[in-house]
Amino acid sequence: MARMTMIEAVRSAMDVSMARDENVVVFGEDVGYFGGVFRCTQGLQAKYGKTRCFDAPISESGIVGTAIGMAAYGLKPCVEIQFADYMYPAYDQITQEAARIRYRSNGDFTCPIVLRMPTGGGIFGGQTHSQSPEALFTHVCGLKVIVPSNPYDAKGLLIAAIEDPDPVMFLEPKRLYNGPFDGHHERPVIPWSRHELGDVPEGHFTIPIGKAEVRRQGTAVTVIAYGTMVHVALTAAEETGIDAEVIDLRSLLPLDLETIVQSVKKTGRCVVVHEATLTSGFGAEVAALVQEHCFFHLESPVLRVTGWDTPYPHAQEWDYFPGPLRVGRALAEVMEA
Amino acid sequence: MNEHAHLSLHVPEPAVRPGGQPDFSNVKNARAGAVPRPDVDAAPETIRDLAYSIIRVLNRDGEAVGPWAGLLTDQDLLTGLRNMMKLRAFDARMLMAQRQGKTSFYMQHLGEEAVSCAFRKALEKGDMNFPTYRQAGLLIADDYPMVEMMNQIFSNESDPLRGRQLPIMYSSKEHGFFTISGNLATQYVQAVGWAMASAIKNDTRIAAAWIGDGSTAESDFHSALVFASTYKAPVILNIVNNQWAISTFQGIARGGSGTFAARGLGFGIPALRVDGNDYLAVYAVARWAAERARRNLGPTLIEYVTYRVGAHSTSDDPSAYRPKTESEAWPLGDPVLRLKKHLILRGSWSEERHTQAEAEIMDEVIQAQKQAEGHGTLHAGGRPSVRDIFEGVYAEMPSHIRRQRQKAGY
Repeated sequence: MARMTMIEAVRSAMDVSMARDENVVVFGEDVGYFGGVFRCTQGLQAKYGKTRCFDAPISESGIVGTAIGMAAYGLKPCVEIQFADYMYPAYDQITQEAARIRYRSNGDFTCPIVLRMPTGGGIFGGQTHSQSPEALFTHVCGLKVIVPSNPYDAKGLLIAAIEDPDPVMFLEPKRLYNGPFDGHHERPVIPWSRHELGDVPEGHFTIPIGKAEVRRQGTAVTVIAYGTMVHVALTAAEETGIDAEVIDLRSLLPLDLETIVQSVKKTGRCVVVHEATLTSGFGAEVAALVQEHCFFHLESPVLRVTGWDTPYPHAQEWDYFPGPLRVGRALAEVMEA
Repeated sequence: MNEHAHLSLHVPEPAVRPGGQPDFSNVKNARAGAVPRPDVDAAPETIRDLAYSIIRVLNRDGEAVGPWAGLLTDQDLLTGLRNMMKLRAFDARMLMAQRQGKTSFYMQHLGEEAVSCAFRKALEKGDMNFPTYRQAGLLIADDYPMVEMMNQIFSNESDPLRGRQLPIMYSSKEHGFFTISGNLATQYVQAVGWAMASAIKNDTRIAAAWIGDGSTAESDFHSALVFASTYKAPVILNIVNNQWAISTFQGIARGGSGTFAARGLGFGIPALRVDGNDYLAVYAVARWAAERARRNLGPTLIEYVTYRVGAHSTSDDPSAYRPKTESEAWPLGDPVLRLKKHLILRGSWSEERHTQAEAEIMDEVIQAQKQAEGHGTLHAGGRPSVRDIFEGVYAEMPSHIRRQRQKAGY
């Protein structure tokens, strides 16, 4: 066991996978010699050679399209899209090609690819380096969508994603790369080296895709979150003193409905938290499912705490990013209802 | 005050519209046999002219002439002729079946049979095509069963794709035919990825990418050229220039470029332009490109100059946008008639045998159709199960889809 940052955990997952299966290849913009702008692929080219880890032209559609072709051949490409915001030129290849090849060919061809992409805000990235496009993927049948919240999960889920026979979108909250940011921007971030979830086995292990994790037990209200917002929700629970149960979804598609329903039936209240914009965001799906499955157990309306329905601003980032204060207000509101 | 004249937008137009006299003066009909055949390892910059000329083997008299001739035996050519005739007969029957309401949609190959049929012959088992909707000749020439193709077109109970795909969007890994997408150009870059994978694994197999003239405007076409050029992928990049992208003439996508083949030059990719209605020329050029790819010399771009005689699809009416007689004026002739003439000239074929072969082939197609219709058509007889809607979205069915399947009663 070693203490790892999320960057190191992601790198370790690729390293372990490349060592175990020579069909695993890693490519994307700047990932080869340089090791990626966040250094997630550092050292992989030197270790596995430049035909297994290499730089790609700045053409996201080309990167995803060639990955699909490689997968059709029999390789297992693990691709980096430099920022989730840059995946739009590849959206057609992701949603209408990768997602559907198995279905449309009746299994004649398959598409076991992983598309890693740093997601979310909190680093003063402005509107084109801060987006959370997960709902654009969860609406697409044929994809799997993962958002880890810590190094341990990131490694176990990424190895599972690489070994998965279907296309997996792996959204890495870049604000969590170095430590469990809790939404208090004025405080220094505790590094993962001082957090138990920074304890990551060096070898091979997987975490099943589609299983949520209860991060905090509670009886008063269920908070459903993923990625950076898991830590914000935990902080809000501590600071308000409200006995909240915090669920880390980890996998949005497929979704662990059972864990959600079990918790909400116990608490009778529910708040969904995410960074992405409110309207038609993933929180809407969760709220609808809670209503459908837990209606007679609910003691107050399901609330959502999210980013605003605007592009992500640069200078006003902290007023956009849902912090523990806003989550705390929602918790208080559902408790009063 | 602005001293400059007002600007105006240039919108290209074809030479003629319905009611006018067909005009193909833009097709520089080079003499058969006139274009040199470079060595396969020729440096791209030394063969730039090949992107502007048209490689032709069969001349007006039906003779095979020049440096690209002499690669195929009589038996090869007779098989080639038979494949093209089969595709034409298949098209005729399926077009009729669509008109009879047995399927929703069909796309025929009329006039373009040589492109896919001759190309297939240049590939080996295990190579992979990433086709568009007008390369069924790749399957026909590889002896893929016509009944299976028809089952797919009829979306019947034996449809290998379980009713999920639009008719003619076949898939056969075994026959080197990647599942067709309705979205244009997506397959072009995927082919490059497949070829890169083959190179990464030090394999011997190569890939072929297919696109129409109109779809070269899609960004994936350009992405594919960047990747193919950068990694020297063992891929043949095919552009079928059949003059029309539904109602839009080829000049719209081509822009100011001299030819579609010339697109390859900026990427340092050897680019050849070939008479797409000449079975021998198509084969010769495809073999040249395949050999280059197999010798690890990288990609080749080929523009097939041809003409879409039929409508774009059964939902299209070409008389609304081009002269009805335009196909007759096409200067490169009909691929079936040209090969037939050549074989007769060689003494290995005759009018009588051709007529007889036409009847035999049509009988074969009709028998296949009867067999396929025995499994059902779109609105009659056997059809895939509703359960098939829910299967195969993922390798393993997740619980939310299972719940929906159960809700649907399956």
